[in-house]
Parts: sequence; structure tokens; C-alpha cells
Amino acid sequence: MHFGTTEEQDLLQATLRRFTSEALPPDRRRALFEAGPQLDRSLWREAADIGLAGLMIPEAYGGAGLTLLDQALAGEVLGESACPGPWLAHALVGLALSLGGSEAQRARWLPALASGECIGGVAFGESGDRWEAADWRVAVESGRVTGTKCHAHAGDETGLFLVGLAGGRVGLVEADATGLRRRPIEGHDRSRALCDLELERTPIELLDARPGLGEPLLDAARVLLAADAFGAAWQMIRASVDYANTREQFDTKIAQFQAVKHQLADMAMAAEPMRGLIWYAAWAFDHRPAERAREAVTAKAHVTDGAVRIGRAAVALHGGIGFTWDCDVHLFLKRAMFDRTWLGSPTAHRARLACLAAY
Amino acid sequence: MELEFGPEYDRFREEVLAFLAETPRDVDRRSFLKAATERGYVYRSIPRRFGGSEQPFDPIRESIVAECFDASPFSWRLGPQSTGMLVPTLLEAGSDWQRERFIPPTLLGDFVWCQGYSEPGAGSDLAALRSTARLEGDEWVIDGQKIWTSDADHAGFMFGMFRTEPGADKHAGISYLLLEMDQPGIEVRPLRQITGATHFFEVFFDGARTKADWIVGRRGEGWRVARANLKYERNLGGGPRLRQRFAAVLELARTMRIGDRPASEDSVIRQRLAEIEGHVRCAETMTLRQLSAAARGEDDRVVLPMLVNKLYGTEVGEQIAQLGFDLIGADGLRAPERSTWDAVSTSARDTDWVDQYLFELASGIAAGSSNIQRNVIGERGLGLPRDLRAARARTPA
Repeated sequence: MHFGTTEEQDLLQATLRRFTSEALPPDRRRALFEAGPQLDRSLWREAADIGLAGLMIPEAYGGAGLTLLDQALAGEVLGESACPGPWLAHALVGLALSLGGSEAQRARWLPALASGECIGGVAFGESGDRWEAADWRVAVESGRVTGTKCHAHAGDETGLFLVGLAGGRVGLVEADATGLRRRPIEGHDRSRALCDLELERTPIELLDARPGLGEPLLDAARVLLAADAFGAAWQMIRASVDYANTREQFDTKIAQFQAVKHQLADMAMAAEPMRGLIWYAAWAFDHRPAERAREAVTAKAHVTDGAVRIGRAAVALHGGIGFTWDCDVHLFLKRAMFDRTWLGSPTAHRARLACLAAY
Repeated sequence: MELEFGPEYDRFREEVLAFLAETPRDVDRRSFLKAATERGYVYRSIPRRFGGSEQPFDPIRESIVAECFDASPFSWRLGPQSTGMLVPTLLEAGSDWQRERFIPPTLLGDFVWCQGYSEPGAGSDLAALRSTARLEGDEWVIDGQKIWTSDADHAGFMFGMFRTEPGADKHAGISYLLLEMDQPGIEVRPLRQITGATHFFEVFFDGARTKADWIVGRRGEGWRVARANLKYERNLGGGPRLRQRFAAVLELARTMRIGDRPASEDSVIRQRLAEIEGHVRCAETMTLRQLSAAARGEDDRVVLPMLVNKLYGTEVGEQIAQLGFDLIGADGLRAPERSTWDAVSTSARDTDWVDQYLFELASGIAAGSSNIQRNVIGERGLGLPRDLRAARARTPA
């Protein structure tokens, strides 16, 4: 029995941390955030070169053949570094192909996804906060799709869109397909691109090798959002600890005041128990299909909700400077706010948990 | 990651369950513990010559035993003061005659101990304690007062800290003594709790006596001795306990009605249940992390979970109790019919939740108050500077 990370997983996180600290020092991170969600090609390439683009893609197609737990551990580091780019969406497109693609579909797209040459985007939502696979209405007719997907996680650079379809199915649409129009949305989290996707008799490739793929893919996305928010939350706690150990008022470091110490302790107490929740949800995706959905919605609701609360406390602990655009805390807070809202609120996810758990 | 225990442990679990199935239902606790010790199920870290079963270190076997025993109809847990505190302290710091004399009967429940630590002026600042013991011939003579002493009405013995070295520094003037409770110099008075029940007491010493060699460790080492058992204390967190209580409040929600529907179908109640279940899953997986780390000798990987266990259990327990209290509606105005000590309500009566709602308050006070827990998490977990109490380690007047 081992409920913890392996040496390989520790090494994966350490490698990524080294990469983000070198490739993404605070001033560059800030500059990229200012620039908005247009992809920084050089950062994407550097990250893809160390394998980040193909963690879950089978080795036969040039990926690392790892599990959702490994991807979630990587996602934690992406969150704690507020790493820009559609990493989460890209990972899901690869996962969708790996799980539901035909041999020909896998051979056609997976190698380019694994190398990072082709960048994936995800279009799940529909208007009116319809995130659940059962609520998707955009349908396929004779190999073509018409309708609007809302709040897709995709940008200018996206080459391949994973689209959620009526009946909980999913399919792939290429960026240069006929009838596809992308309307960018200006989001508050400038590290991740959003757009609405209009489809007008657009050719689509269905991923049907495994039926009803929409639900499990949503669950994988929920786990990765939780991991991202968890990383962001811990980063905000560390920043608050550093600030409290530096900032002086009344001739002493504010960390000396119990009110400050206790607020920080409460933040750590809220964050640390989430770690195993995310591990378990990710592990269940790969090993306990019967528990998959329930664990994923629990993690998404609990972690993203808690991470935003931690972020708001982190701003408060920074005082006036925390309220400014110049203080990096807001990068991570907005990251957590994205994770909380995308795919549906904690309230919506708790309602789903209540159904899955048959309260 | 691997969550199966493996065939060796599956066999062990079957063996434990078979033992329980073979045990007669009317067995008394003493015989049950004796048999369980002979089979190597309990007291695994205690040497045979002191009445233990002396088994190889294996936290997974320990947890399997605890889980199976807790689910059985047999009462097997003794007071935490006896097996959780006194026994480990003697193993760590006692002399051989003390271990031989006190540990075996304590393990079977023949000797019941109460803890003499807290005093009216020494709570969170425990080392400020003032009760004294002075050596007169071959006896210590004890004066002063202890408070919040659980089981003092029926415990035969007390272990406690007393000031024996007048003029010494705050922490250096304390000794760890054992004493008999049934003697003329001791008066035990009950304290009525907020729930209305009486489970702890005040203990007054007026020339009480104990033998000179009933000291654990040397004179002035009491503070260190009292802390020695901390390394035996492996609190893996409250996962199983919180799951059990969540199941009880969920059952209550299914039983109570809002309008003409079960409360569990009400969207607000469902939100509250789901929010609590998120916390319960966190607690359960945190327990799993600690069990795994303990079994693999990787305690350094779970430092923060060990530090937040208690406070987290308090906060989540509070949410469960609050929901239970709300669910019983106007019955929340009634006095409870009885008062439980273990506070795990099975919702036999709605008003048990009133009792539980009040009892839950103890969790944030006893055994290190929540604000002290926050200091510890901040200082040891996050590396924040120590507060003023370090600078005030002087002898009380």
C-alpha cells in the first residue's frame, strides 16, 4: 500500500519547477500576463521540448505514457507558476484521442500533439452555463456540426478543437475547417485563452471508439482544474508568508502578530488536506472507474472553492499593495477564479455530488 | 500509488474477523484484551514482559485491528490517559520496577489513571503550574489543585506534574509523579459541563502523599518526561471518525422532513452535505497519506498533515454538529435526554444532536486549544516567528 507520490513523480515535479523558475521568472510572468492570452511561442516550445505537451499520450505516439495523476502533479506546478498557455485543454485533447480515437485518428494527430507542434483546445460549454455532457445540444449531422460552443479554452494558436456534442459524445474540428468562427473573449485570467466557437456545417471527426467519452473527459478536466487551483493556492500562501516575514508595522514584522499568524495557519489548514483529495480523484480516474465521477466532482467543488477563499485572504494579508495590479497575488487569484468557474460553479458540482452520492 | 493492502493483509484481516466471530458475545473487557494480546492484535509496541504482545512495527496491521475491533460489539478501548499517556511515558522514562508494576495491570484496565496536568492558572501555559510536592523522609507531600481531570472519580491512580524545585526556572522546577487517589489528602469535586453532564473533576491536594520513588525520571525532569510520550503519539487524523459522523448526519437528513419531503431532498441541505463531504474526503485521504507514510518510514513527508489534523477535525466536526442541530428543527429547543461522552451520536434521539452540538465545543479547547494549534501550524508548519511566550519562560511567583 502506498498513498503518496513515487520518486519518478517527485522528479517530474522537481523538473517542472526548475523549468518554470528558469523560464518564467516573475518579471517575464508579469509581462506575459500583461500581453494577454496570445501564446508565447518560445515558452510553449521550451516546455514542449521537456515533454510537457505529451505527458499522457502513449509512448508509441511520442508521448510519455503517463497517467492522469502525473498530469495533475504537473498541473499543480503549472498553477503555482501561473504558467500561461492552454496546457489543460491540450492535455484533454490528447487524452480524448488516446481513449476514444480510432487507430487512424490517433496516428494522424497524437504525434503532433505530443511534440507540441499542434496545439489543442477544448469547447465543452454551451450558452446558459450548460457544462454537463448530458446538457450538450450541439449535434452532428452527416459528419458536419452546426451550433455555438461557449467559453472554449482555446486561442489564436489552437490547431485542433475537442468539441462536446449531444449525447455526451465528443469530436475533433480542425482550426482551418470550413464554417468555423472563433470569437475571442477577454478573460480576467490573462494566462489562459477563452473564446466562443461558432460552427456552421463544419466537418467534424467523431471520437467514438469509446462511447460516452464526454463525461470521463469532463471528470479528467475537473481533476486538472482542482490541481491547478491547488498549486495557485499554495503559491499564494507562500507569498503571504514571505510578505508577513518582511513587512514591518509597529516596529515589528507583521508575522509576529498572532492575528496574522493565525490567518496564515488557517489558510495552510484549508489547503494541505486538499492534496490527497486531488491525488485520489486522479488515481480513481485511472484505476477505479466506479468512483471516478464522484471523486472528480468533489475535488473540483472543494478545491477550487477553497483556493479562491485562500486567494482572497492572501490579498487581505498583503494589505493595500495586495489590491494593486503590481502585486503578483492577483495572477494566482484569477487563476483560481478561472478554475472555480470554468466547467461550472462549486454549487453546481455539489448538486451533482449530491445526486451521484444518492443523498 | 497503490491502495490495495495486498494478500498478506487481506489474510490478516480475515484472521482478525475470525477471532472476533469466535469470541463469545458476553466476554468481559479484561478477558477480551487478554485474548487479543495473546493473538498479537493489541499492545503491539509493548514488550511481552510488561504485558504487551511485542509485534514488529506495522501501522497497517494496527489500523486493520482498530477498524475491525471498532466495528465489533466488543468494548476494547481503555481511557486515553492510561494506555495513550501513562504507558508510553513509563516505557520511555520509567524505571524497570515501575514498568513491571504499573504497565501490565494498566493494559487490562485493572489500574485506571487520571492525568494531573492542568491547573486553574495553567492551561495553554501548562508550565505555569503551581501545585507543589516536597520530599519529607521517604514520601512526597503534595499541595495544590488540578482541574479538568477526566475519570478522577473512579481512577485509582494519577500521573501528574508538580513543582518540586522552588527557585528553579519555569520548566526546570517540575517533576513527574505517580500517586494513589484514594487517600485522606485528596478531595475530588465534580465539574458540571456545558452539556449538563459530569465527566471531569477538580482535584484538591492538602498534604496528600506518595512514595519517594514514585517519581518518573529525575527531579526537575518532569516537563521533559511529560513530553516524552509525544513520539509515541501517532495521530493519523480523524478521517474514519468524521466519516462515521457524516454518515450519521446524512441518515438524520433522510429521516427528518422539510415540508412533505425528506430534508435530504432539499437543495440547501444537499449543498451543506456536499460541502461537508468535501472536507470529510480531505480528512480521509489525509489519514491515508499518514498511514502510508508511517508504514514506509516517511513521516517527514506528512509533517503538515500531522500539524493540521487536530484543528481540521475540530472545524469539520463543528460543521457536522451544526447541520445536525439545524436538521432537528424545533427539537433544538429541548434539553437532551442524556449526555454522551464519546459524542458519536447515532441519532437514536433527535435531542442527541443538541448534546453533540454543545459537546463539540470541547474539541476546540481540550488537548491544545485551536488558537494554540494555529500557533503551532504557523511556527512549525510555515516557519513563522515564535510569539512572545518563548520570552516569558520564567518561574511563576
